[in-house]
Amino acid sequence: MKAGVIVFPGSNCDRDAYYALREVLGYDTEYLWHAYARDLSDYGLVILPGGFSYGDYLRPGTIARFARIMDCVREYAERGGLVLGICNGFQILCEAGLLPGALTRNLSLKFRCKPVHIRVENAETPFTRRYRHGEVLQIPIAHGDGRYVCDEATLRQLRANGQIIFRYCSPDGELGDKWNPNGSVDHIAGVANARFNVLGMMPHPERACELLLGSEDGRRLLQVG
Amino acid sequence: MPKAKIYITLKPALLDAQGRVLENALHQLGFEKVQQVRVGKYLEIELAPDGDPREQVEAMCQKLLANPVIEQYRYEVEP
Repeated sequence: MKAGVIVFPGSNCDRDAYYALREVLGYDTEYLWHAYARDLSDYGLVILPGGFSYGDYLRPGTIARFARIMDCVREYAERGGLVLGICNGFQILCEAGLLPGALTRNLSLKFRCKPVHIRVENAETPFTRRYRHGEVLQIPIAHGDGRYVCDEATLRQLRANGQIIFRYCSPDGELGDKWNPNGSVDHIAGVANARFNVLGMMPHPERACELLLGSEDGRRLLQVG
Repeated sequence: MPKAKIYITLKPALLDAQGRVLENALHQLGFEKVQQVRVGKYLEIELAPDGDPREQVEAMCQKLLANPVIEQYRYEVEP
């Protein structure tokens, strides 16, 4: 399978994603430079990696969404291609309108960098089909702007459609403010679009693909081929 | 040269984490009358004097400067 990792100025998890896709999963992986239009139709997965694209100027993801490659990503997503936005990638997808809602400053105002637990809320998407419904994963986060927000109507729609894919939880899978690292509404850690081919999440599955790194819970998420 | 002054803040329904910390800090400094603090962004944009500056500023706010999902904006344009 062919996989692509988009590189924006200020991306800093592009190599982690590339390593996970190429070395761990053995996909034919390429970096995709933000400034070039590319035909993505033969790709099985496109990742928007974490980092601080354009220095988070104005708002995280704001400038990156206007990069030339984003038109190609939009077209690819409209045709059903799989797009995964991790951390800054999630912020970019929200700013681009490919995912609902927005990511705001952590409630604590602190940059949170630690392993957290998330619960699989919908195991019937192309990204989560290798997990069980309700399975608890240990995956690291590293962000300052990860508090997911959306209006009430959108939240109702997300719940009704099963678009909330991951929620922060305790190691046993319980929900609670104590386990929510950033104050996200409804403990949301990841959401998908209505077709489930675009997923955004704050935790970093690419950093949890080998036991040497403390967890391999993220590996199955990237195993979309 | 027309100059736009743009103010962007989080929507009132959203909790402003920075504003809340400043509110507490002000209380601790003895400014007990402070009821609420909202932190926002302030931009100044200078425009070439042709076309309708308000129309341009409105388009800029909608397309880039504010995120309508979480933010509200207002602006003044000096001729």
